[in-house]
Amino acid sequence: MKTRTRVHIPTPLRPYVAQQSVVEIEAATVGEALRELVARHDQLRRHLFDESGRLRRYVNVYRNEEDVRHLQGEETPLSSSDTVSIVPSIAGGSQGEGGRSQSATVPGARRGPAPPAWATGEDGLPPLGPEELLRYGRHLILPEVGLEGQRKLKAASVLVVGAGGLGSPLALYLAAAGVGRIGLVDFDRVEESNLQRQILHGTSSVGQPKLDSAAARLSDLNPHVRVEAHEVRLTSENALDILRPYDVVVDGTDNFPTRYLVNDACTLLGKPNVYGSIFRFEGQASVFDARRGPCYRCLYPDPPPPGLVPSCAEGGVLGVLPGVIGVIQGIETIKLILGVGESLIGRLLLFDALALRFRELTLRKDPECPLCGERPSIKELIDYQAFCGIAPEEQAGAEAADWEIGVRELEAQRARGEDFTLIDVREPHEYEIARIPGSTLIPLHHLPERMSELDSSREIVLHCHHGQRSMRALQMLRQAGFRKLKNLRGGIDSWSREVDPSVPRY
Amino acid sequence: MSLRLRASLAVEIHAELCRAYPEEGCGVLVGRDLGGAREVERAIPFENRREDSRHNRYLIAPEQFLAAEKEARAAGLDVVGFFHSHPDHPARPSAFDLENAWPFYSYLIVSVERGRAADSRSWRLAEDRSAFEPETLEILPEADPLARVPSPARGGVDGR
Repeated sequence: MKTRTRVHIPTPLRPYVAQQSVVEIEAATVGEALRELVARHDQLRRHLFDESGRLRRYVNVYRNEEDVRHLQGEETPLSSSDTVSIVPSIAGGSQGEGGRSQSATVPGARRGPAPPAWATGEDGLPPLGPEELLRYGRHLILPEVGLEGQRKLKAASVLVVGAGGLGSPLALYLAAAGVGRIGLVDFDRVEESNLQRQILHGTSSVGQPKLDSAAARLSDLNPHVRVEAHEVRLTSENALDILRPYDVVVDGTDNFPTRYLVNDACTLLGKPNVYGSIFRFEGQASVFDARRGPCYRCLYPDPPPPGLVPSCAEGGVLGVLPGVIGVIQGIETIKLILGVGESLIGRLLLFDALALRFRELTLRKDPECPLCGERPSIKELIDYQAFCGIAPEEQAGAEAADWEIGVRELEAQRARGEDFTLIDVREPHEYEIARIPGSTLIPLHHLPERMSELDSSREIVLHCHHGQRSMRALQMLRQAGFRKLKNLRGGIDSWSREVDPSVPRY
Repeated sequence: MSLRLRASLAVEIHAELCRAYPEEGCGVLVGRDLGGAREVERAIPFENRREDSRHNRYLIAPEQFLAAEKEARAAGLDVVGFFHSHPDHPARPSAFDLENAWPFYSYLIVSVERGRAADSRSWRLAEDRSAFEPETLEILPEADPLARVPSPARGGVDGR
């Protein structure tokens, strides 16, 4: 959409625009504004653009206070309150001067070819060394990438939120492709159960912080890449500072509070958010960039009630699925950096691995969106745990503790011959892998119709794999009037670790 | 067209550029444009922002330029040009200077030979960008008799 924008003209160029210091232009992007400017003032063209129509390397263009090189270059979009400024950088030097004669013949005459910009980096993009030329050879021969594209990748910075299923293939390919600076946010340690899909990590790094194993793997893959580790939980307090120094943010998170947090922080900072999510055999991907299309809130204004959408830990995920979705996020990230192709902005890609089908939905920007709509009400980061209906940890912990029982305590009750019913709310295929002797299987989704099987006068102990589904089962039973309820803390996994190692862990 | 520089400023600029030797030094000239002639009131030295090839390349980054412009505006002045050195090279613009040149501004080039300022000349870009044209460099004597006026015989400002 074209908007009216003020372009500030520096003193040396004013003679070419009738001595105006500001020219008003209708344009949608910075590039369009500059081209419209030289279309109107042809004398200006040779000072701003070179013979091949590219912006001269000493011409810096700012949108408001920021160099568009750090935004989206000439593709940087404009809105009505934006101003564009042309700011000189001043470069030169004695190189290229031939003889030492003081008798200047033709001042400034060109003498011999100067070394190419890709080797010196004097056009603002970083130079490539000989090993890099060899390494990126297959990119360099693609006209859509080429030397310039490869140098853009080197100049680019990408923040990957989550070094898990999605972050693994994504970070590996971004590093392999030569993205100059890759930031990773994660605070978990590598567990055995991660290795089925999180291919950044290996068996030897089980127990280590994920970021240590990720940094080692990425640096080995490509030593020309700088890996920056942010070993923290992303919060409303730190998100803006962590995201700010990066060009593109990629969301590889597995929970709703962080997903809304990443979306809101990206929108407030004006950065693209490359989104992906996975569950069981299905995945989604899109690019949210509120400057050019919808944001995540336009698609999902409200989070699902807590517990409605199971996490991968609860619901399972096909290990190769995050490979597909993470790599799609990688492709979109690289296209954004190169400025080529058709981005997923405004489109939601749905992938079904069982049917092996891709579908696509068109997304529209919601004019009522509280974050990026016409009258935004969210102007700073909020409390995302509360927004997603998740009680603060201490409170939830205290409340849960009243209804919980530990595995050792349960074993003691059993040993004392106390009377209780043990209900397993997992799925039949999980029950087949491992079970606590004496338990009755009632999968969570069958609980409503099978409640009548339960005797509310006896104590009921509920358990699942880790304790989350059984907590929901407990709440359902409480609402139905049951009172003598306990949830087995840590589920069958704790039972196996602390009480009976003969029960297999999975 | 001419560039007028007080002698003490010329000394300051030379000292700055000799300090940078064997690398190129650079900075911004702030003053008044009076039509054909312009008077320099201040010289603001800047760190050479090149990360490599500093012996024959210099760069004043856009944010440095903006800082200089702000300082100039605050004093009711304008950025009128730039200075830089050519270590062990003549004070003539190179092809590289030409490629990167802005119109309007004065480009004061000081040749620094073996660590001493040898020759200073000022240039402006031709309208068609084909070449740099020399402009007269006028060194104004100081009102203060104690100010050190560099003597051409000692390889000072004008060199001739």
